Amino acid sequence: MLEWIGLLPAFPLAGFLALVLTRGKLPRRIAGVIGVGSVGLSFALAAAITVEFLGSDALSHTQVLWTWMSVGNFTPGFSFYLDGLTVVMLLIISGVGFLIHLYSTGFMADDPGFARFFSYMNLFVASMLVLVLADNLVLLYLGWEGVGLCSYLLIGFWYDNPANGYAARKAFVVTRVGDTSMAIGLFLLFQQLGTLNIQEILTLAPQQWSEGSGMVVAASALLLGGAVGKSAQLPLQTWLPDAMAGPTPISALIHAATMVTAGVYLIARTHVLFELAPSVQILVAFVGLATLLMAGFTALTQRDIKRILAYSTVSQIGYMFLALGVGAWSAAIFHLMTHAFFKALLFLAAGTVILSLHHEHDIFRMGGMRKKLPVAFWSFVIGSAALTALPFTSGFYSKDAILLAALEQPQYGTLLWLGGVLGAFLTAIYSFRLVFVAFFGDDHTQDAHAHHSDDHGHDDHHHGPVKEITGFVMAAPLVILGILSLVGGFITVPVDSVFGVHEEHHASTLVHGFMIAVPIFGVLISYLLYSGAPQGRVLQQWLKSMRESAFGGGLTRFWFSGWGMDALYNLLFVKPFVALAQLNRKDLIDQFYGLLVELARISNRAIVLTQTGYLRWYAISLIGGLVLVIGIGVWA
Amino acid sequence: MIVVWLILILMVGGALAWVTEAMDSRLPRLTALIVMLFSLIVVVMLCMNNFPDPLSPGGQWLVLEKWSWIARFGIYLQVGIDGLSLLMLLLTVFLGLMAIGAAWHEITERPGFFYFNLLWTLAGVVGVFTALDLFLFFFFWEVMLIPMYLIIAIWGHENRAYAAMKFFVFTQVSGLILLLAILCLAYFHFVQFGRFSFDYFELHNVVLEGRFQMLVMLGFFIGFATKLPAFPLHSWLPDAHSQAPTAGSVLLAGVLLKTGAYGLIRFAVPLFPEAAADFAPVAMTIAVIGILYCAKLAFAQTDIKRLIAYTSVSHMGFVLLGVYAWNIYGLQGALMTMLAHGLTSSALFMLAGGLQHRFHTRDMGQMSGLWAKLPKMSAMALFFSIAALGMPGLGNFIGEFLSLLGAFQANHVAAIFAALGLIFASVYSLWVIQRVFHGEFRVPGDHGAGHGEAHGATAQDLSSSEMLCYGAMVLGLVWMGMYPQTFLAMSEPTMAFLLESLGSFVGSVVSTAEVLP
Repeated sequence: MLEWIGLLPAFPLAGFLALVLTRGKLPRRIAGVIGVGSVGLSFALAAAITVEFLGSDALSHTQVLWTWMSVGNFTPGFSFYLDGLTVVMLLIISGVGFLIHLYSTGFMADDPGFARFFSYMNLFVASMLVLVLADNLVLLYLGWEGVGLCSYLLIGFWYDNPANGYAARKAFVVTRVGDTSMAIGLFLLFQQLGTLNIQEILTLAPQQWSEGSGMVVAASALLLGGAVGKSAQLPLQTWLPDAMAGPTPISALIHAATMVTAGVYLIARTHVLFELAPSVQILVAFVGLATLLMAGFTALTQRDIKRILAYSTVSQIGYMFLALGVGAWSAAIFHLMTHAFFKALLFLAAGTVILSLHHEHDIFRMGGMRKKLPVAFWSFVIGSAALTALPFTSGFYSKDAILLAALEQPQYGTLLWLGGVLGAFLTAIYSFRLVFVAFFGDDHTQDAHAHHSDDHGHDDHHHGPVKEITGFVMAAPLVILGILSLVGGFITVPVDSVFGVHEEHHASTLVHGFMIAVPIFGVLISYLLYSGAPQGRVLQQWLKSMRESAFGGGLTRFWFSGWGMDALYNLLFVKPFVALAQLNRKDLIDQFYGLLVELARISNRAIVLTQTGYLRWYAISLIGGLVLVIGIGVWA
Repeated sequence: MIVVWLILILMVGGALAWVTEAMDSRLPRLTALIVMLFSLIVVVMLCMNNFPDPLSPGGQWLVLEKWSWIARFGIYLQVGIDGLSLLMLLLTVFLGLMAIGAAWHEITERPGFFYFNLLWTLAGVVGVFTALDLFLFFFFWEVMLIPMYLIIAIWGHENRAYAAMKFFVFTQVSGLILLLAILCLAYFHFVQFGRFSFDYFELHNVVLEGRFQMLVMLGFFIGFATKLPAFPLHSWLPDAHSQAPTAGSVLLAGVLLKTGAYGLIRFAVPLFPEAAADFAPVAMTIAVIGILYCAKLAFAQTDIKRLIAYTSVSHMGFVLLGVYAWNIYGLQGALMTMLAHGLTSSALFMLAGGLQHRFHTRDMGQMSGLWAKLPKMSAMALFFSIAALGMPGLGNFIGEFLSLLGAFQANHVAAIFAALGLIFASVYSLWVIQRVFHGEFRVPGDHGAGHGEAHGATAQDLSSSEMLCYGAMVLGLVWMGMYPQTFLAMSEPTMAFLLESLGSFVGSVVSTAEVLP
């Protein structure tokens, strides 16, 4: 089976080609079968490969398809590398991908761009599989850019609305800033080590570089730049909330489960470099910590159901970065997996809510939906429980592992741990805020429009009766992901051999108990604040007065805007760039040449003036010239 | 003889096209098509005969021929083809075919003379890519210039006289400087060896001292850098490109710019290794400024052809960067960029020409949301924009990545700044897509009720023959992106030979790189 590894991305790629070349002329049923089936085949193959690989004693398997290019010492191949980490990623991508594809056939059923949607989705899965299978960084970069392209295409899928186009371009350009940093990192690695094969780099780096040497710090910092771009971490996180402009299944697949975790994968894959550069590694941890807190506070203030989930994604990837930063590699991958389950579940459930409510995104215009949308409700309860890390859900085990690992960090352990726990508290509040506001209390769907003025991906609110839209294709993925979100914590990720360590974290019962109590306490607070429960009236009053005070209101707006990062970047980069471009629209250099031409014209006119036709004028100039020349001859 | 045949086919074909116009106005294009197809076959045969066996008896030279011409001044008809030349020829004839496709419906006025000029330009280009006698080289350099001038001046758009004159003056002045430099070199051959020579191989032996070598090298550099074009000699290009008819833009962007890059690789560096090594940091700085400056200019344009023109300058910066990195990665990267940019820029100009043909404007502000009505065209525009911004898997990525990889080894700082061009490329490429193809459907004249609707509705999507052209270019780019080895292997012997023979240069560059932290 292992020699068939090349087919993994080939199936969805073939699906993409089939859908593109038929240009939407295929009947929907067939287009759907191609789109879903190709990913399904990949999943089946990935599962078979996993079984065979884990059953064998081999630690890794390399398959060279062809030599991509051969220039001097630079000979990257189209070659795939399989180990425990790859296997985990393959199953997540193709498995969760398959479920989301299946769901999409229902979600997109009435969309005129049905085939186009699935063609982009298939291309995405193919690129993502190449990304995790690549045995060298150039091929990884191919997948890396490929998923970025598909992300762009799918965020801007509904292209007639310029706002979507803006969000799409923002996502592409911001991540490309990171990608460029990564590309420079590749140039540096190649110059220093003479190869871009990942395994060779991991072997050569410790031989070539001592711990903390300038080169390895630079190289890993540049790779980190790529990772923060793709994974929407500080300071390049601004694109992800806007990326919610795309269809909701896209948000589930690309902007929650797979692509945004590529940065985590990259750092885990090149973990040796980061271990050699402790300063960068601790930077990873602090980037994660800062991001998870910032996004957590922001999520507290959002009203758009998808933006809440988007900020929560940013925050959860922050946990993964925190784990990477403290060297808890397998905990990071474990959380990557559980997060893929429960966040895909939440997004798909949100998709059902949005579709059932005629493209309503504002949670304050929902309310009381637990009766009307039972499937979405239970999905949200399960997903939020896992996201909050309530005991025995999948998120509990993975977040537990991360926080315990953070506590063990020798220098900043306590700080990182406290920050992580505070983040968990925030997570509990904002996740259940969503649940309580949207699914409990009174129905607000028929409220007057004036109530809200916030941004929406979609503007077409046709207000009709609320009826849950859920056929088999949309319900089945929710059920499966729900089960995985609950029991996914019992899966062991087979990555110990990849990172060369078996991680086990122990802590006192007190610490454990505290970590269990904090999220529960958070859910309780959320219940008192947002469910309209009479017991929480005092708290609700306090929140209201806080919001109305000048400081509280300012803080809310500050958080709501994502800590003003967009405005800041606008001021620092976008505006100067546009202004400069406008200022020099006509090209200064060209105007210089224009000046030369003008000069020639003017001197032409000046010389023409001397041609007067009067003999006395010519005679005078002749004599004058003569005097001048003789004068120069005599005195010089 | 094959080179002579190729040039003769094009020249005679051009003359035939002109003559046949008298019989039927559709004959010239047919003649031109047949001639180009024939040339393509000749070049492809040449490729097939010599590959995949790169170690043909002549070393790196697959063809090397010499006849006496003006013996008194040591001028010979000396031509040669190596892998580098052959790739350039392949690009030339392929894009020549595309240019004819682009002109097929567009040129209705004096088609005979148009195709004459088209084919003669191509003949000049073929000559430039094969001449190994510098006098002959300069001869062809001029041959390709004048017909091109006529194409812009006669079949151009509203501001054609200005653009054509600007093109002519820039190229002519730089050509003059190039000629002076060539004559200097020939004269010093006379001084040192007792006879004039324009022979490429003999001129390698001429020894020029420090400052003077730099001066002569600069003469070559200015000649080629104007054609490339490099900052700050680029300002003729946006006017020429935007005013030329589509076929003219295709030839300019796809082929004529490459003669500048070819000249740098073939002559400007190898003939003056020491001066070129000293000059490398300057050239790389120019390249970086060009990449960033013109990317920014591209973003500010509203005329779609001007925009593409500025992106051309920006992308050719990567070629300059790669060449002056002067290592195998840089050179091969420059070569791949030349090939891939030839296809993408040609395709983009053809699309822009298609838009102008349909809506009679190049102003991007006047159209939007074309995807709804012209899906094929929009998909193609998306593809080539994506290719142009350096998406891995397509040819441009290979070129830019290798150029930067090579440049990084020679000069960290230049490579890092040049890499920022990747970000800018994504900004302007996606901006075009947004403005023209996404958003709400709107075409020129849409404000008048009903009128615009009818106008937009009549606009035809790409015809099957157009799809054939674009399809060929798509395949070419995917080929270059997924298996560039086909092309890299062809140029490898030449590049390796150049580097080997100029080992000192490489050493000096690397040593400066090692001084840097």
